[in-house]
Order: sequence, then C-alpha cells, then structure tokens
Amino acid sequence: MATTEAPIYEIEHVSKYFGSVIALKDVSMFVRPGEVTCLLGDNGAGKSTLIKTLAGVYKPDEGENRFEGKRVDLDSPRDALELGIATVYQDLAMIPLMSIWRNFFLGSEPTRGVGPFRSFDVDLAKQVTRDEMAKMGIDIRDPDQPVGTLSGGERQSVAIARAVYFGAKVLILDEPTAALGVKQAGVVLKYIIQAKQRGIGVIFITHNPHHAYPVGEHFVILRRGQIFGDYAKDEVPLEQLVQMMAGGADLEVLSHELEEAAGSDPDLEAAARELRQESGASE
Amino acid sequence: MPKENTTSPSPTGDERTRKTSVLGRLLSRPDFGAIVALIVVWVFFAIVAFENNFVSMRSTAAILNAAAPLGILAIAVALLMIAGEFDLSIGSMVGFAGMILMVLVTSTSVGGFGLPLGISLLITLALSLLLGYFNGLLVVKTKLPSFIITLGTLFILRGLAIAIPRGRTNRTQLGGLDDVPGFELIDRLFGTEIQIAGGNFDIAILWMFGIGALASWFLSRTRVGNWVFGVGGDANAARNVGVPVDRLKIGLFMLTAFAGFLVALIFAVQFNGSDSLRGTQLEFRAIIAVVVGGTLLTGGYGSIIGAMLGAIIFSMVQQGIVITGIDADWFQVFLGGILVVAVVFNNFIRLQAMKR
Repeated sequence: MATTEAPIYEIEHVSKYFGSVIALKDVSMFVRPGEVTCLLGDNGAGKSTLIKTLAGVYKPDEGENRFEGKRVDLDSPRDALELGIATVYQDLAMIPLMSIWRNFFLGSEPTRGVGPFRSFDVDLAKQVTRDEMAKMGIDIRDPDQPVGTLSGGERQSVAIARAVYFGAKVLILDEPTAALGVKQAGVVLKYIIQAKQRGIGVIFITHNPHHAYPVGEHFVILRRGQIFGDYAKDEVPLEQLVQMMAGGADLEVLSHELEEAAGSDPDLEAAARELRQESGASE
Repeated sequence: MPKENTTSPSPTGDERTRKTSVLGRLLSRPDFGAIVALIVVWVFFAIVAFENNFVSMRSTAAILNAAAPLGILAIAVALLMIAGEFDLSIGSMVGFAGMILMVLVTSTSVGGFGLPLGISLLITLALSLLLGYFNGLLVVKTKLPSFIITLGTLFILRGLAIAIPRGRTNRTQLGGLDDVPGFELIDRLFGTEIQIAGGNFDIAILWMFGIGALASWFLSRTRVGNWVFGVGGDANAARNVGVPVDRLKIGLFMLTAFAGFLVALIFAVQFNGSDSLRGTQLEFRAIIAVVVGGTLLTGGYGSIIGAMLGAIIFSMVQQGIVITGIDADWFQVFLGGILVVAVVFNNFIRLQAMKR
C-alpha cells in the first residue's frame, strides 16, 4: 500500500492558539495524490481547528502549510481553492432551496455571450451537472430539483462531485458520513474511493474508524490537540484503530459505568460487554 | 410518486428523468400563488363590480397606473429580499429624493438652489445611491438585521424630506416642476399618457414591465443573479464558494435606493412637484406585493414576475374597492387579509415544491 510518491498537501509542526487555549500543538500530517488520509478524533480533539487550518480559514500560529512541496500562506478559503484545495463542510455544503444545477455552479457559473449580455449558460450548467453526477455514479433524476429534496448522502455527493469537477487536487471532507444512515454513508464512501481513483488526494475527517478503515491509506489520530498516532494501513488493524481513537482506558471506564447502570437490563449489559471488547480489556 | 412514466427517452437522453405533470411544474413556480390570486381577485371584482364597469379599459388603466410605481419598487425589493435582506427605507427614499430634486430646481427667490434640471437630477441620483450604499454598508459591517438598520433610515430620510425643504423654503410641498427648462424631456419619458380604447395608460407601466423583464433575466440567467439566490439561501455557504456576499448586498441596497429615486422622479413629473409625505408606507406596500408574489421573507426563493403581479393585485384590490363603492375604510382589512392568505398559500406551495 505504501507509495513513494511525494505528498501533494501537508502541514508541518502546526500550532494554533486561541487566547490561553492551545487548540493544536505541533501537528503534522500529509496526503498523497490518489490516496486517502483519514483524520480521526473524538469531539473536542481539535478536528475543526485543523480542518480550518487546512482549508485556509485559520492561519497557523506556528508551522506551515506545504502544497506540492512548496510553502504556501493561505489568507482565505479562496486562496486554497485557487490552488485546488477544496473543502466540503458537513452542513454548509449546499443551499436547500436552490436547484441542484444552481448549487453545483454557485460561484463558478459558466457564461456565454459578451459584455452586458453575458449570461449564465443554463443549458450547459444542467448538462454538466447531470454528466458529472453520472460519472460519480450518481443518478439524478432532474437537475431542477431543489437540493432540499435530496437525502443527506446525495447532498454530500453533489458537493464532492462539484469539487472534483472544478479541478480539486486535494479534497478535504469534514465528517461527510456523520449524520448519515448506514446505506447513505456507504454511498459517500464509494464517492471517496471514486475521487481517490481519479488521482485526488483526500483528507477524510471522521470520528468513525469503521468508515475510515475501508477507504483510507493513512490514519492520523488527533487527541487533545496533538497527534496521537500516524499509521499506514498495514501498520494497524481496525480493532487497534478503534481502541486508540477513543482511548482504550476511556472506553473501559465507560463500560464499567454502563454495567453498573445496566442492572438487569440485558440490552445495556450487552452494550457494556461490547465496549469492553472494543477497549481491548481482558474479560 | 410520479403519476405517469415516460415510455420514450426524453430528448436529454436520461431515461430516469420523469415527466413531471403540468400542475407539478406550475406548483414549483414561486409566482404560481400570485397568478392564482390575480385571477381570483379579478373574477371577484368582475362579478361584484360588473355594473360599475370594473371590466373596462378605463379601470384597467387605473389599476395598472397605480401598480406601476409600486411594481418598480417591488422589483428591487424582491431582488433584495431574495438575497435575504429588507429595505424599509424606500418609501422615505421616494419622499426624500422627490423633495431634494424640487429644492434643487426651485428658484433661489423662494429658498431653492435654482440649479438646472440635469444637474439636479444627477445630484439627487448620486445622493440616493450613496444612501443606499450606506444602508448596505451598515448592514454588512454591523451584521445587524437590515430590518432594524433600514427602519432607522426610514425615519431619518422622512425627517430630512420634511426638515430640509421646510428649513430652506418654509414649505413641505414644492410645485412648478413644469416651469423648469428641460421638463418636456422628462415629461415625455416619465409622464406620457397613452390612450388605448378610452383608457389613459401611464408610460410608467412600460417602465415597470421593462425593468421587470430586465430584472427577471438578471435573476434567472446571469451569474450575479445566481449569487442572489445563493446569498439569500445561505450566505456562509455562498461565501465558501467564493461569492462576494458583502459587495452583492451593498449593490442590491443601492438598487432599491435607485428604484426609490426613479419612482420619486415619476411622481414628481406626474404631480408636477413633490410632497414631503409622498411615498409614506410605500415600503410596506412593496413588501406586501413581493410576498404576495411568492418571495420568501427569509430569502433564497422568489420571483420578479411575482413581485409585479403582487403590485397589480394590490392596486386591483385598491381600485376594485373604490369602483365597487365599498367604504374605502375597508381597504386595509382586505389588504391584510390578502397578505395573510398569500403567505399561508405560498408556504403550502413551497412545501409541495420541496416534496416534488
């Protein structure tokens, strides 16, 4: 699985402070073209700050962003976008009341005609939307549909297809599977693999190792604002990843608490047992 | 679920594209409610006021003449509202711009500035655009609701429309625009009446339809038009994909100010002068027209055609009540009723559209 190709996008020794709060401390990570780097972390681990640092929303207080081997200073998400670093946010990706094709091209509308008569090439926009979605294996019935009528997974998929179409070299996905059902999450994972196969470097942020493991090449675990571990896929089995991500000890404590609360409730007891297994504790 | 299935592939070649029914297509138009309302209101008065000649060129002209200035304002207000903002100051802007124009052209002997018409128009236009710019700037910089910012401007401008002319000329009504050299030209442009089969139609009706067609094209068929929807739908999402949200909003505030200026000019020509109180409550009427026309108060969804239809419905009710001979005191009751029914109906329509 390990490739020798150089990373397309990386951050090195990045720290970010908010007043007295250390949001990120000496964080380094990278993604190679055609690979998926999964960024795993529980709530409050500093994922949001890291995403925003990667996406150009925040400037790191220490350390640097490197794109294609060269240092870059990103002053805005627009700067990142121009380099080909596209970020798809969990909930800000799409505008529900607008049709799919209007959403798809928002901010990058194709035009035809000249001067004051330059107009939005609506037919082209609809056609491209349909084609691009088909390339990702998504079958949209009617590009005129408001995005609000799509399921959560479909919305994420439209956002990913859009980023890919507009020449993203690096795709940062902020918890794209978080609010989705099992089947929908599977659909999104499929598009992540599609994007990877098209040579895009994907940074996939999630708190669910079960979603990360099947698609990822690299796993970066963030805890309390610091890198807790950075593994290639063949260095770490899924079980270990699960255990590390939440912190084995924490899960063990939780399983005890659940057991106590369970009393005679067989469901809760089963849950406690499962947690204990995942935490890697011996029975 | 589709009621019918396509048996042959559609021209675009996607066999999964289902034909939506004609009704479904209509329902998904934001202005569908306004089309229905226009027909219902017209039929109602056509029956109730048939003997009073509601169905005539003369009353049609009266309806459209009253609708035109309101419609021009409503078009600009609709664009701004689709982008998620309000401008409550446009009614005052009409009064303000009209009075400034008259003070500038009125001779120095009565306290005016005695400036030539062309220069006065340019100064008035520049002032109006500047005020629109400040409205927009305040809204985007403070991030406060435009409702409250422009409510402030509403009173400031109305106050200025009274204080400035009174301070200089000791009057709140200034007439005699037709004595100013150059009046013939603006009279031809904004004051002409066109006779068709016994009805006197103001040229302002043409302005409304012309501006409406342009605005409709702008909204649905240009890049910036697409941004208007995006900014109103979710300003953060729009900003994330590179839409210049603040500049767009400021531009639209300047557009509503421009509409206020244009209507002030039309009124000044029609009434041969200005009144400090002209345009009072026009902001609410314009918002009613826009909302009746199917535009969402919360932004992101709406129609220019709907806004014009809303203005026509508004003045149809107004004229209908006058022609029917109903006590005009009941006008506001009718108006409020229509507003509430329209909002409820449009909300229902939108929910249907989202289910499509």
